[in-house]
Amino acid sequence: MSADTFLVLGVNHKIAPVEVREKLTFGDDCSLPVKAIGEVEGCEECLFLSTCNRVEIYAVSRDAEAAAAALRRLLFADTGLVAADAERYTYVHQGLDAVRHLYRVASSLDSMVVGEPQILGQLKKAFRDASELKTTGFLLNRLLNKAFSVAKRVRTETNIGASAVSISFAAVQLAKKILGNLGDKSVLLVGAGEMAELAAEHLVGQGISEVVVVNRTYERAVTLANKYKGRAASLDDLLPQLEQVDILISSTGATGLILKKEEVKPVMRSRMNRPLFLIDIAVPRDLDPGINELDNVYLYDIDDLMNVVETNKAERDKAAAMAEQVVIEEAGKFGRWLEGLRVAPTIADLKKKAEALCNSELEKTLSGLSGLSPKEKKSIAILANSIANKMLHDPIMFLKADDQAMERQARLSFVRGCFGLDGPGGRNAGGLGSDEPSGDPAS
Amino acid sequence: MTHLFVVTLCVYLAATMASLVYFATLREEIRTLGRWLLAGAGLVHTVYLVVRYLEVGHTPLTSNHEAVSFMAWSLTWGFLSFRYRYKVINFGAFVSPLISLLMLYAAFSSAAVRELPPTLKSGWLPVHASIAIMAYSFLALAFCGGVMYLLLEREIKHKRFGLFYKRLPSLEDLDNLNQHCLAVGFALLTLGIITGAIWAKHVWGAYWRWDPKMTGTMVTWFIYAAMLHQRFTVGWRRRRAAIMAIVGFAFALFTFLGVSYLHQGGIHSFLGGDLPVSEERF
Repeated sequence: MSADTFLVLGVNHKIAPVEVREKLTFGDDCSLPVKAIGEVEGCEECLFLSTCNRVEIYAVSRDAEAAAAALRRLLFADTGLVAADAERYTYVHQGLDAVRHLYRVASSLDSMVVGEPQILGQLKKAFRDASELKTTGFLLNRLLNKAFSVAKRVRTETNIGASAVSISFAAVQLAKKILGNLGDKSVLLVGAGEMAELAAEHLVGQGISEVVVVNRTYERAVTLANKYKGRAASLDDLLPQLEQVDILISSTGATGLILKKEEVKPVMRSRMNRPLFLIDIAVPRDLDPGINELDNVYLYDIDDLMNVVETNKAERDKAAAMAEQVVIEEAGKFGRWLEGLRVAPTIADLKKKAEALCNSELEKTLSGLSGLSPKEKKSIAILANSIANKMLHDPIMFLKADDQAMERQARLSFVRGCFGLDGPGGRNAGGLGSDEPSGDPAS
Repeated sequence: MTHLFVVTLCVYLAATMASLVYFATLREEIRTLGRWLLAGAGLVHTVYLVVRYLEVGHTPLTSNHEAVSFMAWSLTWGFLSFRYRYKVINFGAFVSPLISLLMLYAAFSSAAVRELPPTLKSGWLPVHASIAIMAYSFLALAFCGGVMYLLLEREIKHKRFGLFYKRLPSLEDLDNLNQHCLAVGFALLTLGIITGAIWAKHVWGAYWRWDPKMTGTMVTWFIYAAMLHQRFTVGWRRRRAAIMAIVGFAFALFTFLGVSYLHQGGIHSFLGGDLPVSEERF
């Protein structure tokens, strides 16, 4: 009998071009594929994850090779790709490699933008969907819960998600550092270019309260303002508008400066020195660099923002290296836990424990009794051992039986817990009782 | 100096260590540890103050040791009270070293129990002295906030993110903190001056005497009054407010400690130390 093993078969942005990935879109409803996968022969448990950059199937199977082939056929059934291509664009990991892979995915180490937080939510949803359809069982439940806590550990220990690695994200982060909560702040867009729009979108996503658009052609300003339910103003109104807003993003095609230090100075006075964050993403620059010298005014141009992004990237790479270590360590723990779930070592552990107990108790008792002959002593020892063995008989039968209502892994885990085989200093720190039982129908 | 005081001092030092380690590593569990240690220190300190009160028989606010230790105590509780208002990350890394410094200062001041001159035996002593010292501790909190503001602002302005960018809250949060501490501190300072004046009237029949401490306090009061006035009229906020909070506190500290040393004959020169106690103080 071969043991159950984890298996992951997937397609992601690293291995497959978008032309292949887009053929595998399943929309929001993952229940259909999960059901179909659950019916694949040899697939005891399964989970289906689909995001814009990856489609993955996690499964538990006795015969991983065959299951992988069947799953690949199922996944590519409607794509029109030939089998060789399907093989070329998928990866398959088994056993601990699969565990490691899942940990890396959950911790966002395998993402296109390393450290982005969405993947964890997507994985949690996939898990919820699968457990609602009861396609996950004891092993996947444990593995997924473990993966979530690994992701949390990575996030708290390495700061991997803390750095902004795109210009617009860096600008939003800076705005928050300067202005605090953006909920009651407003932004003025000068010029209605693509970059300005992207940054505005990020800011609106952060709950900014108002968007004002100023543009050379008024119509374009109105169109863009409407998009964000903001208002438009003409370029001549720039200074009066500047008194009202907290952030300015400038991206005009103007050849000269559109805002000079001498113009901003009186604006600050009438703003009662409320801080102003100016972002100049235009080349050539729109804003006089001298503006940054004013009190409570912060001016960042495109190069400044690029520098921030570069620094953040370097920091993130360092964090990612640390995170990989965490993943390796945690996968090792999980491996030791899995190891403990095999029947033979569990029985051996049980016997060892009983023997140790007998010996220590015998020693205590016999040293307190005097005048016993060696023969009598031997009888007492035999008595103790046979009681212990009789006690163990039923649990061992319970483990070995194949027709129990409880899955074998669950029984193993149960017995190991009952007899404290994984107690403090036991062989498996990554195992029992350390995570929440939610979504774990077997426990 | 009693054993209890030494214990208090040690817990404060441990809390300071924890908050500095948190500053360096940003590990959440250390932050929690530091907070509990500081709260623990505050509690032990409270016990110490009660014991001291019972021991000396009057409110223990009359020697350098007592006044500075009380300031550390109110700084601690003022700081801890912020937990419920603002989330100011790493504020503790700036406040707790200050608390520890005050405690060390108190530790090296004489803790001898001296007889209280009859004129100081009054119900006004605890009221006036505790309000005044609490005022100083809120101004001290504003000072810490001001320092944090300037450190962070410097990095943002110069576009070189170093130690503080990741570790400090937003400039906005720090400015709010400053405003809050200054408002509370200023209100208490005003109240301290008023209670002092009423007490003076009882003892001397006059509300005010130009004793160096009182002069210094008046100047401090005017500095803060001007600062708050400017904030609301022409918008001296943020950077300038942070600078003013630092300048104001430097002056307050000078008034609180410096004047007592330089002008030891005055009424506010605390008892104890190496001063001859028999000297007439009024």
